[in-house]
Amino acid sequence: MKVVVLVKQVPDTYEKRSIALDTGMLAREASENIVDEIDERVCAVAAELKKAGTATEVVAVTMGPAGADKAIRKVLALAADSAVHIVDDGLAGSDMIQTARVLAEAAKDADLILSGAESTDGGGGMVPAMMAEILGRAHIPYADSIEVAEGSVTAVTNTDTQKLTLSAATPVVVSLTEKAGEPKLPNFKSIREAKKKDITVTSLADLGVAAGPGAAYVRNVMVSAAERPPKEAGVKVSGDTAATELVDFLATRHLI
Amino acid sequence: MSIDHLLDEEQLALVEGVREFTQDVVAPVSAKHDKEKSFPYEVIDQMGEMGLFGLPIPEEYGGQGGDYFTLCLALEELAKVDQSVAITLEAGVSLGMMPILKYGTEEQKQQWLPALAEAKQLAGFGLTEPAAGSDAGGTQTKATLDNGTWTINGNKEFITNSGTDITSMVTVTAVTGQDEITTIIVPTDTPGFTAEPAYDKVGWNASDTHPLTLQDVQVPEENLLGERGRGFANFMGILDEGRVAIAALATGAAQGCVDESVRYAKTRTTFGRPIGENQGVSFKIARMQARAYAARSAYYAAAMKIVAGQPFKTEASIAKMVASEAAMDNARDATQIFGGYGFMNETLVARHYRDSKILEIGEGTTEVQLMLIARSLGL
Ligand SMILES: Cc1cc2nc3c(=O)[nH]c(=O)nc-3n(C[C@H](O)[C@H](O)[C@H](O)COP(=O)(O)OP(=O)(O)OC[C@H]3O[C@@H](n4cnc5c(N)ncnc54)[C@H](O)[C@@H]3O)c2cc1C
Ligand SMILES: Cc1cc2nc3c(=O)[nH]c(=O)nc-3n(C[C@H](O)[C@H](O)[C@H](O)COP(=O)(O)OP(=O)(O)OC[C@H]3O[C@@H](n4cnc5c(N)ncnc54)[C@H](O)[C@@H]3O)c2cc1C
Repeated sequence: MKVVVLVKQVPDTYEKRSIALDTGMLAREASENIVDEIDERVCAVAAELKKAGTATEVVAVTMGPAGADKAIRKVLALAADSAVHIVDDGLAGSDMIQTARVLAEAAKDADLILSGAESTDGGGGMVPAMMAEILGRAHIPYADSIEVAEGSVTAVTNTDTQKLTLSAATPVVVSLTEKAGEPKLPNFKSIREAKKKDITVTSLADLGVAAGPGAAYVRNVMVSAAERPPKEAGVKVSGDTAATELVDFLATRHLI
Repeated sequence: MSIDHLLDEEQLALVEGVREFTQDVVAPVSAKHDKEKSFPYEVIDQMGEMGLFGLPIPEEYGGQGGDYFTLCLALEELAKVDQSVAITLEAGVSLGMMPILKYGTEEQKQQWLPALAEAKQLAGFGLTEPAAGSDAGGTQTKATLDNGTWTINGNKEFITNSGTDITSMVTVTAVTGQDEITTIIVPTDTPGFTAEPAYDKVGWNASDTHPLTLQDVQVPEENLLGERGRGFANFMGILDEGRVAIAALATGAAQGCVDESVRYAKTRTTFGRPIGENQGVSFKIARMQARAYAARSAYYAAAMKIVAGQPFKTEASIAKMVASEAAMDNARDATQIFGGYGFMNETLVARHYRDSKILEIGEGTTEVQLMLIARSLGL
């Protein structure tokens, strides 16, 4: 079974994140890009599948700016046999739909597409569902654990009120929560082996996908961006009138 | 301040991995194990999984196929935060496994190395005795060979990793004849082998150190490690390498003191400004940084010679001495910068203060290094 793991590069959250005001985009040069932790957990799941022999090939697919080799090598050391890196100027400022279309094209020959349930930075939580829709496949969202057999996948998803055990025939898209796997650090042997593995750099033209502001399906376009205004001083309520002041405050803002 | 340009991509990736591991797994439990004087089994187990114990061991013996320099890089990272964990790795590899790798027969390597490389087991090296430390030629433990069986009697002192639940064997030096010292592998479950109660040490509290008693310990003739009578020469070679590893560990300690001091000097304010704005403090830290950098340069140079297969004995002594003094000096300065908090056991700098002294003693005291350096000058 061929497994594709989706891997997003995100700014290191330990460092300060910032938006470049002229473009409205993440100022990526301001912090180092690392593999999103949720996707490291996805890799741990893929590594288990490979160890068990269920996954015969694991390919990591990432879309993002150039200069991600270090992050990709880590994924190659953790789980993947090879990697596809989609880099194209036309992808700058992509929204979730565009991201999903491009990733779907790159991952379409996989029997099982594994992704994080939500990325740590964007947190949209929709890319895998959109990919499933585009590819016409089943999607199991927010899986806390998964079991893979030849031809089918069974996963457990917990909602606030229910525990669902969901099965689907392959090919299928499964997005995983942080409960699905523990991130591991690669050992030195796999770091060395990763160096010999292939990273294929692909453009939109290679994939045969149109993208960018001119493409019809771009729905979200950044119009302008501004610095968050500084916090205004709050209002203190105290004493006998505190309760009524608070009620008035909420009422005038239509909050109650 | 790293010397990154001397490292390749793989080494940089390893350093980063170990740094992450140190922060996420080691640091949160360091103070607890230090206080409770408990061996950090859960940490060692994960280090085994990461392959750290197998770094310089070839893949055919379950190792990672790296080299000694790579081991040193890992030791430096670990020691920034926890010297006990770092010495457990250092002794486990350079004293526990390297003698087997270098002098063992094919069977001995196959038998012991794979489990040691994964830290499923640990090994020790018993050289020091109550009356033989710096002057290791004074060994009194005796071994006699009769009908294919060695019988060993004697006492060993200060043996690292010799009494944990996962310790599987200790290589001991013993007198086997006139002017003849030999190394023999002793499995820890052999009757007559006893790891006596652990020492009450000044530092390295989470590292395992015991006196050993060997009373009529009997092991098969095949447990001879290397040639009979070559024990002294063999362990001297082992100690030379070990000194470079200790230098790496000491560099980590020295750098750990710098890192903590910088952080503290920026945040602790007195008289209305951070203490780091006083040259009395910032110059102290600048000097600490210079010491750590010099120590790193010295151990890199020695380790690179090991990897290149060139003689490195004097370089090893210089690196060991310079780095252990840097660690001790930096620990003293860092403690001063932390004021009263630096005297509290739970702070990292206090731990470095207690832990660093042994670096000037173990695997050859500073005086022994000076003897060796002087000897290289024909003195
Ligand atoms: C203001 C802004 C600026 C942006 N700037 C850039 C930019 O400069 N360059 C750029 O390439 N994108 C940029 N993006 C796109 C964005 O970062 C995401 O790639 C995309 O919107 C996915 O959204 P999400 O992270 O919320 O997805 P989610 O649906 O939360 O992601 C779920 C999972 O899908 C997978 N996944 C998501 N995105 C990717 C990906 N890109 N590659 C591989 N797997 C993925 C991961 O497994 C992830 O865990 C920008 C978006 C915004 C809003
Ligand atoms: C925590 C810890 C772990 C250890 N782990 C191990 C281990 O795993 N295996 C092992 O075999 N050993 C181990 N040791 C022992 C260690 O290597 C010895 O303690 C060290 O070599 C010094 O020997 P000694 O204690 O007998 O001191 P001595 O040799 O008695 O030296 C006492 C002092 O005299 C000085 N001195 C001695 N001779 C001279 C001279 N000729 N000129 C000038 N000065 C001199 C020394 O430098 C020192 O300052 C460990 C020790 C400790 C404390």
